[in-house]
Amino acid sequence: MSIVPAVIRSTFTALRKDPLGMAGFVLVSLMLFLTVFAAWLAPHDPLEVDVANRLSGPSLEHWLGTDQLGRDVLSRVLYGGQVALKVALVAISAAMAAGLVLGMMAGFGPRWLDRILVISFDTVRSFPTIMFALAIIALTGPSLNTVIGVIIITSIPVYARVVRTQTQALRERDFILAERAMGASTARILRDHVMPNIAAPLFILASMDVPAVVGMEAGLSFLGLGVNPPTPSWGSILNDGYSYLRNSPWPIIAGGLPLIAVTLGFTFFGESLRDIFDPKLRGKDQGGK
Amino acid sequence: MSAPILEIRDLSVGYQTERGYLQALRNVSFTVPEGKIIGIVGESGCGKSTLISSIIRLLAPNASIGNGAILFKGQDLLGLSPGDMRFLRGNEISMVFQDPMTSLNPVLTIGRQMADVQHRSGASYIGKRSRSLMMLERVGIPDPASQLGRYPHHLSGGMRQRVAIAMALMTEPSLLIADEPTTALDATLEVQIIARLRELQRDFGCSILFISHHLGVIAELCDEVIVMYAGEVCESGSTREVFLGPRHPYTQRLLECDPARIPQRTRHLPVIEGSLPDLVDVPRGCIFRERCAHSMARCATERPGLSAGLHLSACHLPDLAS
Repeated sequence: MSIVPAVIRSTFTALRKDPLGMAGFVLVSLMLFLTVFAAWLAPHDPLEVDVANRLSGPSLEHWLGTDQLGRDVLSRVLYGGQVALKVALVAISAAMAAGLVLGMMAGFGPRWLDRILVISFDTVRSFPTIMFALAIIALTGPSLNTVIGVIIITSIPVYARVVRTQTQALRERDFILAERAMGASTARILRDHVMPNIAAPLFILASMDVPAVVGMEAGLSFLGLGVNPPTPSWGSILNDGYSYLRNSPWPIIAGGLPLIAVTLGFTFFGESLRDIFDPKLRGKDQGGK
Repeated sequence: MSAPILEIRDLSVGYQTERGYLQALRNVSFTVPEGKIIGIVGESGCGKSTLISSIIRLLAPNASIGNGAILFKGQDLLGLSPGDMRFLRGNEISMVFQDPMTSLNPVLTIGRQMADVQHRSGASYIGKRSRSLMMLERVGIPDPASQLGRYPHHLSGGMRQRVAIAMALMTEPSLLIADEPTTALDATLEVQIIARLRELQRDFGCSILFISHHLGVIAELCDEVIVMYAGEVCESGSTREVFLGPRHPYTQRLLECDPARIPQRTRHLPVIEGSLPDLVDVPRGCIFRERCAHSMARCATERPGLSAGLHLSACHLPDLAS
């Protein structure tokens, strides 16, 4: 899409004026870099057991110490980031895509379809997410794919609702009527005219949603309902550290810090994006110049 | 006389509202001959917008067409399948909207939108681009190549309306519907756009159905004019005849109220007393009776039909003009 480069450029110009947003962007980029290249950056194999060195504090050999099995915590944190990232990326893009389609159907389609879809969104959202996740995992057994599936199902309504509202606002706009009057089909209007108009709020929502999804995965893994051991995840690192808290605080610190960093990073970044794309704030900014 | 491009026969359209069935258009008939500019004038709520929406068949969901026919090149549009109708829109019938600030997509470049309109042409990217450039040039946009990369908010209102006109004429339609295209523009631009529309109409040979409530613009641009009141046609004829010798009392009052025609300075602009009749409960007899200075006993019971001839008027007073 031709609008993408221009949008990226203007986003960076605006980010430069917003230190918190820039900090968020840096944090996000750093986390992405560290986790994507975990295989090269990690000093040890995250599964390598060294019982003689268990629960040791930070040293040159193990920067963040070792856990109860003598595994290198830093390496486990880096690999755990991969799990968190994979869950966030897969779940959010799937939920966003499905939410986009369903939301546009509800917003642009006939009333009865809108009703049916809205009722189903509300039904899914009415379950507390964690209870829903526990119920599904009780049926299927803990696995990363189940976690991803649960997050997708519970996030679709969040995206779909935003898309639906935006689409409804757009469908009454003159340029959509003009497109119709020029013979454009509904599919064409949705693809070429509605989608570019709702892309910005959708991406902001996705960026704000990352910490929630990462937290969800960590939470389920902490409860032993996410990844299966010995796969490292920030949640399972926390759980291991929690059991041996009296012996060494390092696993808890090492598992908790990246969670905090990701949450802060994506929240700052998302809020900054929202300010940049919000037409009302943008209008005020231009008026002030 | 050549065959008409558009012929509307006895069209009645209504809306289902909470208060009942609102008869927005009642037995409207007129024709748009090939290569002519026809103006439709009337105050707000007289059914102009309903009429256009009926022609392109994009009526609100609560609207229904009671009776009548809309013949486009002899083919009844009301009988077409939605797919066929969609094919006609943008190919044979296209439209320019009132407000150029809202009728272009704010997040797409002008070039992208102009290429998008040509989606049926099957032309290459280069072909579409050069056609866009040519059209922009013809509507009088300076430096069209650089405009293609711009977004609508970079352009002024007049420029945007030119772009909208270029887009509407891109497919060389037989009929262009212009819904108050100059209302949102200032007077200088209005004159420019009107002059440009006339020129384009001559070049493309299309017919234009021009909706406006600005009498001066209609007088300037249109070959024929149709005066509408409360969902009915009350007078129609050549612009010259209607403006110089209006026969229907409503047209006469309307012309008297045109600020451009008031001879001396005044603090009080003339108005037509009263308000539009309730179209849910349409009164018997002449629709304009309650506001008419010439109403007679006959007006209360008998609805006047359009008189015969080229200059038509729906009134019981036949020689009012003299």
